[in-house]
Amino acid sequence: MSALEVRDLTKTFPMGGALRRARVHAVDDVSFALEPGKVTALVGESGSGKSTVARLLTRLYDPTSGTVLFDGGDAARLRRRRDILHYRSEVQMIFQDPFGSLNPVKTVRHHLERPLRIHRVVPHAMIERRVHELLETVGLVPPAEIAAKYPHELSGGQRQRVAIARALAVEPKVVLADEPTSMLDVSIRIGILNLMLKLKDEREIAFLYITHDLASARYIADDILVMYAGQVVEQGPVERVLGEPLHPYTRLLLTAVHGERVEGRRGTSSAAVDPPDGCRFVDRCPLAVTACHRTTPQLVETGEAHSARCHVTAPANP
Amino acid sequence: MTTVLEAPVTTKTLLEVRGLVVEYGRVRAVDGVDLDIREGEIVGLAGESGCGKSTVANTIMQILRPPAHVVSGSITFKGDDLARHSTEELRRFRWQNVSMVFQSAMNALNPVMRVGDQFVDMMQAHERISRRHSLERAGALLERVGLDKRQVRSYPHELSGGMRQRVIIAMALALSPELIILDEPTTALDVVVQREILQEFEALKHDFGFAVLFITHDLSLLLEFADRIAIMYAGEIVETAPAPVLAKSPLHPYTQGLLDSFPPLTGPRERLTGIPGAPPDLREPPSGCRFHPRCPHCRPDDAALYLRQTTERPRLREIEPGHWVACHLVEGA
Repeated sequence: MSALEVRDLTKTFPMGGALRRARVHAVDDVSFALEPGKVTALVGESGSGKSTVARLLTRLYDPTSGTVLFDGGDAARLRRRRDILHYRSEVQMIFQDPFGSLNPVKTVRHHLERPLRIHRVVPHAMIERRVHELLETVGLVPPAEIAAKYPHELSGGQRQRVAIARALAVEPKVVLADEPTSMLDVSIRIGILNLMLKLKDEREIAFLYITHDLASARYIADDILVMYAGQVVEQGPVERVLGEPLHPYTRLLLTAVHGERVEGRRGTSSAAVDPPDGCRFVDRCPLAVTACHRTTPQLVETGEAHSARCHVTAPANP
Repeated sequence: MTTVLEAPVTTKTLLEVRGLVVEYGRVRAVDGVDLDIREGEIVGLAGESGCGKSTVANTIMQILRPPAHVVSGSITFKGDDLARHSTEELRRFRWQNVSMVFQSAMNALNPVMRVGDQFVDMMQAHERISRRHSLERAGALLERVGLDKRQVRSYPHELSGGMRQRVIIAMALALSPELIILDEPTTALDVVVQREILQEFEALKHDFGFAVLFITHDLSLLLEFADRIAIMYAGEIVETAPAPVLAKSPLHPYTQGLLDSFPPLTGPRERLTGIPGAPPDLREPPSGCRFHPRCPHCRPDDAALYLRQTTERPRLREIEPGHWVACHLVEGA
């Protein structure tokens, strides 16, 4: 059974001022499932809507439409404070900035004790021991020494490990990691990715790994979703999607990171304002045909859970 | 090795950095760096945050601000010692001889001035040129970097991050400098935009013939664009070699670890190890080889080697023509 399932998730934001009737389609009709013990990568460039998906899943925003199935109910419709609190303890988030996400005047111990107390995870007498266990789990040793430190006494990688330990404190089923390594030094990024791999295996956590980096997505993910202008344009097992990409946008991204020449018109992956019918990638697409200008392509499965949103490479009626 | 012989042997040295030591207060950010850049050459300088790579660039541009100061060493440009230049000479030296594109260059544009006017200001500070002529040249330069010449009339906020970075590159080209320093020029940009800009930059380099000092943490990018690469760690250059040599046979364990930190997009999906630990705090740099606390080859089993690794600083030595390494392991071989 999936740990969390998203169906037709959509979020639009109103534009300001004279354009207040226009709406930005930040996330448009996104569906996927997160499985226990698996990493799903959500990749896209800036503005593509990937972080909005994370914020919807943590209930920082309410979706415009769509459902978030969790624990037999629709998490997007939770209204009672207690229910939301419970949901948030099950679905934890790790942020990009390990400098901003820890309180500079509190020790590591404080950061880890707080969730344990608030969510009453363990009896009072056990808290100290649990803090040490958590620190050991994320590779911060000796735990007693680390627990007494303040964030500024730790390196970026160590801080991100504290943030991960904090997320683990409440024993979540789902962890959303939003660019957890992009602010870290190159040589310590792999260590954080390896830690996530270890946690998904040992704790059966369902990870959503949000990134703009295809190579790291391939490194840790089982499945991948590629977002462009608010829509998922391709999804499937990571080796298939990156090995035999169907959508021209996925191909463009791969060309760019492979260091091959990119051709074609420049454009932006940002969310569209009141997008007209038609494919959102059409202006940059080398394969575009008439239909691409007229009707919005649907995600079509072409085999083995691999689907793409493209009239040409994944036609609805082949 | 054949690769070394095939590397472009350019005749004249443009920039020569010798024994450069720079401190911020009591923190030694750059500790004895030697670096040569020849005419028309692309030299990559790679390293992690805090390794001193940007400080090297800022020193070349002579834009260090207190508490940063040069403790010793020299920088000569075409034989002239920059330290002897007057403020006025330095002002002309920047942009005209050496220009620089920063990571946050897109924020370096004045938000309340049209793009064209910023070109006019810069050009008129360096030569006698009319406003109309400067604007014409600005338009032509914008076209060279893939923008519309009418964008001289735009304000920076009307342009995307990638477009602003192109404007900055156009400005860097404006006075035809012999050397352009790129300090993480595309790090803040999306991959496709990054690729487009670097492609265009290569074409420009081909036409204008300037030399480039390309500073980045992204070693994979340098393997592609640079002729020669220098790897910096904790204020020192630990290895330098022609790019193909470095890609194929890196000798310093730090270089090897850095190359092993980028997961591949093709081939088998294997677990990588990266580099254990974190870059050192330069207020208290490790004794001996600065990399030894993180080095997989530094173990007490070999007592004699271990003693050298932990107490003696390795010096850069030429292992084969053009390939320099500072490592006790390599010295011992």
